[in-house]
Amino acid sequence: MEVVQLLVSGLANGCVYGLIALGFVLIYKATEQVNFAQGDFMMLGAFVCLGLTNAHYIGLPFWIAAPLAIAIMAALGYLLDFFILRRLFGQSQTAVVILTIALGFVIRFVAGAIWSHEPQTLESPLAIGDFNVGGVVLGMADVAVIVVTVLLTFFLYQFFQRTKLGLAMQAASQNQMAAYFMGIPVKQVQGMIWGLSGAVAAVAGILFASKGAIDPNAGLLGIKAFAAAVIGGFGSLPGALMGGLIVGVIEPFASRYFPAGYSQIAPYTLLLLVLVFRPHGLFSQVRIKKV
Amino acid sequence: MRIHFKTSYDHDIRLFPDRWSFLVYAALIVVAVLLPWLMDDFFLGEVTNVLIWAIAGLGLMMLTGQTGQASLGHAAFLALGCYSCIIFMEQGLPFLVAFPLAGILTGVVGTIIAIPAIRLHGIYLAIATIALSVLADDIIVLMEPITDGVSGKFAPMITIFGIEIERWTTPDRFYWLVLAITILCTLAYRNVLRSPLGRAFAAVRDSEVSATAMGVHIARTKAAAFGISCAITGLAGALMGFYAGAFNNETFSLVISITLLMMIVIGGLGSIHGAFFGAVVVAFLPQFLSMAKDVVGGGSVAIPGLETGVFGMILILFILFEPMGIYGRWMKIRVWFELFPFARKDMFKRQKSYLKTERLR
Repeated sequence: MEVVQLLVSGLANGCVYGLIALGFVLIYKATEQVNFAQGDFMMLGAFVCLGLTNAHYIGLPFWIAAPLAIAIMAALGYLLDFFILRRLFGQSQTAVVILTIALGFVIRFVAGAIWSHEPQTLESPLAIGDFNVGGVVLGMADVAVIVVTVLLTFFLYQFFQRTKLGLAMQAASQNQMAAYFMGIPVKQVQGMIWGLSGAVAAVAGILFASKGAIDPNAGLLGIKAFAAAVIGGFGSLPGALMGGLIVGVIEPFASRYFPAGYSQIAPYTLLLLVLVFRPHGLFSQVRIKKV
Repeated sequence: MRIHFKTSYDHDIRLFPDRWSFLVYAALIVVAVLLPWLMDDFFLGEVTNVLIWAIAGLGLMMLTGQTGQASLGHAAFLALGCYSCIIFMEQGLPFLVAFPLAGILTGVVGTIIAIPAIRLHGIYLAIATIALSVLADDIIVLMEPITDGVSGKFAPMITIFGIEIERWTTPDRFYWLVLAITILCTLAYRNVLRSPLGRAFAAVRDSEVSATAMGVHIARTKAAAFGISCAITGLAGALMGFYAGAFNNETFSLVISITLLMMIVIGGLGSIHGAFFGAVVVAFLPQFLSMAKDVVGGGSVAIPGLETGVFGMILILFILFEPMGIYGRWMKIRVWFELFPFARKDMFKRQKSYLKTERLR
């Protein structure tokens, strides 16, 4: 029974990692850039929703505030691309990496200045009540996280495989110049994907904040989400979810069965092992490299 | 307007392009040596800090600026250099033996770590090195019998030929020691760049495919870059330990790794000057911010995240408006004066480039 309990709580945590990783993968799939500030986007999304919902800020009903927060984050993602990242168009990945790390610092500072550094809880209707299924305790928020994550991954996967826009995004990432020749407005497509990943980050943030308290340093969770994205293989949406679940499940088991001190290094050790033996992740998309 | 009239191939790889630049650097060194008589102890300490950061920056610059491999884990090598130097000294080795030994050890470990890392490209390398930096923190705690874990270690007194050197009681001697090491590291760095190995680094950075075509062994070159880079970083780490006096597992955190990378970007990637310019920004930003707060009237109110936030903003502005960093701006101004009145506005215009995927080659 204990194993099942650990598994369930691991899965719920893993879904949050998976959601953040989904944001990385979306941007990577469509622009070949990596947004190191995705964890901070998640934190910001949570705080925007918190600011709209909680009684001593604005006090909107949760079901109005949540879509509003998602819309605000989507707009923010689009504007970030429009004003900052578009200037780096065609530059190397490393420049974008450094830029987004800096962006993460700035977002953390701004969030701290607006909402203070004290941990706060979101007054969310998801945060109430636990289920008890045959001795396994399941929070309402955990169930919501798992359901939303699976649905979101499924729809985004279909979006990339089936729709014209999704295919255009993939084409834009594979070869920018060729995509231009095929009549794809590459820059607009990139803006859209940044908006979309901002929305996904907001969803992740709202769900994360429903599970517990949140403070401006919650964005550092992004590093674990990175491990998730890499283990799953950058560029694969189901891979991101899978990687998130692996990292999420390993954590509670490691802290239960490993001696203290060794448990927190487990996800990173796994990450390094994956990088050494399968450098492009478990769900690799890299074909043979030819000169 | 100066004209270099080259009469032999050696002109291209001379240590100094002409007598004028030699004189400039000689004057700079003279001023640097005389600095303890020109400044009070507080500012001397700050300048020492700048020099130590500059050595660390040179270490990372070798890897990122020269060979094009972005590392976000160099704090791990700072930590390794620091701990190994202090532990060697606690075992009774003199500083003059322990210090180079720490550098060599860090370089060897860096090369060993590089062997699997060489297969990784761009973004994956950055993530692997992040993991390294996070792991280093935990490993220091786990190796408590040697490293004293969370409670940390204290740097012992440095003794060279009977002369005692300590950061607080003899800041001028410590400054001279750091200055000497800085000059040695800079000279070594410059000489590596002039050697065939340095040319191979640049070839790997600019295009791995064409480097292979020119007969450069990519894996070996990258491993050498990692080794040299980590060795210099290890030396800087040891000096950081002596500068801080006390350190534990949190002294060399992921934030230090990130700061180091941002520092060399702000300074200007791929130049020795860049490491020094960046170090000045990193070391003086906290002082500058606290002075600015006094002016605004914020007083002693601590604003968490202010430093990193401002640092991030500076970096974003640099990447957007001056991707070559402070050194790039300085070079543009210099060229404008050197060519006066023939400088044109578009001389440094960047070529339009398009990105191709790294996944489906």
